[in-house]
Amino acid sequence: MAGSFLFNQFLGGFTTAMFLFLIASGLSLVFGVMRVINFAHGSFYMIGAYLAWQAVQWLHPSGATFWIAALAAALGVAVLGAVTERLFFRSLYGREELYQLLFTYALVLILADAAKFLWGTDQLTVSAPPVLAGSVSILGTTQPLYTLFIIAIGPAIAFALWLALNRTGAGRMVRAAQMDREMLDALGANVSFIYTGMFALSAFLAGLSGALVTPIQSIVPGMDVLIIVQAFIVVVIGGMGSLWGTFWGSVIYGQVLSFGILIFPGFSLFSVFALMAVILIVRPWGLFGRPI
Amino acid sequence: MTAAAAPSQAPSDPAPVPKRRTRALADRIPWILVVFLIMATVPWVGTRYDTFLAGQIVIDALFAVSLNLLLGTTGLVSFGHVAYFGVGAYVCGILMKTYELPFSVAFPAAGLGAAFFALVFGFFCVRLAKLYFAMLTLAFSQIIWAIAYKWNDVTGGDQGLPEIPYPNLDWMSVIPGCADLSVGARFYLLSLVLVAVSLAVVHRIVRSPFGRVLTTIRDNPERAAFLGVNVKAYQLAAFVVAGGFAGLAGALYGIFSRGVFADYVFWSKSAEILIMTILGGASYFWGPPVGAAVLVWLNQWVTDYTQYWSFVLGAILLVLLFGFPGGIVGGVVLLWRKLKRLRHA
Repeated sequence: MAGSFLFNQFLGGFTTAMFLFLIASGLSLVFGVMRVINFAHGSFYMIGAYLAWQAVQWLHPSGATFWIAALAAALGVAVLGAVTERLFFRSLYGREELYQLLFTYALVLILADAAKFLWGTDQLTVSAPPVLAGSVSILGTTQPLYTLFIIAIGPAIAFALWLALNRTGAGRMVRAAQMDREMLDALGANVSFIYTGMFALSAFLAGLSGALVTPIQSIVPGMDVLIIVQAFIVVVIGGMGSLWGTFWGSVIYGQVLSFGILIFPGFSLFSVFALMAVILIVRPWGLFGRPI
Repeated sequence: MTAAAAPSQAPSDPAPVPKRRTRALADRIPWILVVFLIMATVPWVGTRYDTFLAGQIVIDALFAVSLNLLLGTTGLVSFGHVAYFGVGAYVCGILMKTYELPFSVAFPAAGLGAAFFALVFGFFCVRLAKLYFAMLTLAFSQIIWAIAYKWNDVTGGDQGLPEIPYPNLDWMSVIPGCADLSVGARFYLLSLVLVAVSLAVVHRIVRSPFGRVLTTIRDNPERAAFLGVNVKAYQLAAFVVAGGFAGLAGALYGIFSRGVFADYVFWSKSAEILIMTILGGASYFWGPPVGAAVLVWLNQWVTDYTQYWSFVLGAILLVLLFGFPGGIVGGVVLLWRKLKRLRHA
């Protein structure tokens, strides 16, 4: 049964990876365009989870409730992201990195307490949608359907983002902003609108992943700072600002964590941070990124 | 610390003009000595809790000043300075608890251990440009955290190292007035003196030719390199010195708070100490200690009323970033200059 055991580890690592990809893709997008590391990205993820729980409470638990709740949560967080960008972030673009980092950290502090104030400190749970509540047997292992759904949605979102960035007019604008924001501005494009849009999209992805995580993880205070470090590792491994880099970065992270536990039990945490450090030392722009 | 601060101010005074007599008098009062003496009276005039708060302020002041050697003096944004604080706390704690070595060995060892880690990690960090530097320091501090959290045999894992013994402070009884002080109060006084000496040393370093080169690197690395300065070597030296003093602060903190835990090394602590530094004013040597004092005091005052300390801290940070980028000391200096201009007008 060694084969099915390894398969189980692999699939577990892949599920972690696809979750992290959903979160990290938004972080990477914002870095690629605005050159800002957003510590509050983990907080957006947490708010997404709480909003999804709230929406499920308000709606009557029925077949489609979970999907509506997830979408509503993601949209809510997108609005929050857009408002934050309009009100505060834009006055920091020209400032030193330290001020931008600390501003996003201020958001982490404020949103953490806001969530505590609104939803308390108890663990909250959301049950999986009825369609995906069962499980199937693959290669001698039992896999919950919800896990398989996550594994499917990761590449789907990656592909959708790739299409949006490379095959649409708006995507072309975003890529242009990534390369040279001043030139794009000079050509008459509304760069400030692009920035707000990117921030909203990034927050949307964070909120969506927060909502989708609720059926397999309970919602607790502190989930924000735990996830943001993992998302950083993924983005650093793949390359900040690179979509496919973030995708493969999360796959590598998931597998290192999953098999690291087998090889050095207790030191899998160490191994992922060590991997991040080694990548930064050898190739600071990541495996798939470009030097800036 | 006064030994370093007072003489450096006195000779720089211009020849006294009779009109500015009162101003010159204010300059001549050794403010740092006054603050030190006030802090030293806390165990006698304050409650046990006051001593606890004062101890926290003193230790955080050293920690923040060591960070500011990187941030304010050299212009390096480290997001993982807590790693060296943690190494110092663990080295001192392990030596004193597990190996039962005296404080006089464990304390310097903590500083040296932290400086050694800073040398190894810093060697790689200084090679990277701004944001990547911040990220690599963060990654290294998380490596330290992962080790502290998981290496049960040595660090106690998630249980930490509770009940680190106080050093033997019986000898303090010979000092008049100290005979009936508790061991906690005695350790506070010892920490105060050790921190004062450390701050004096850091102050000397900042004002030395070496410190001037660091400031040049902060202002313009290309020009410094053009003048023949080995920029990375100087940055690494600053990193090592800052790490060593952070380690000393960590060693004191572990004993002071009766234990060393993995939480000390989590990345959000690095952010908190950065906030402390910015709050006081990173452009001023005495900014970070002011930030430490205000933040520790404010924390205790706010948590009396509400559990939402994070929210308050976040709001303070917003006000700082958008309204007072110079911090408290920067704001006071600005106000002082305005008042002076008004008086002269």
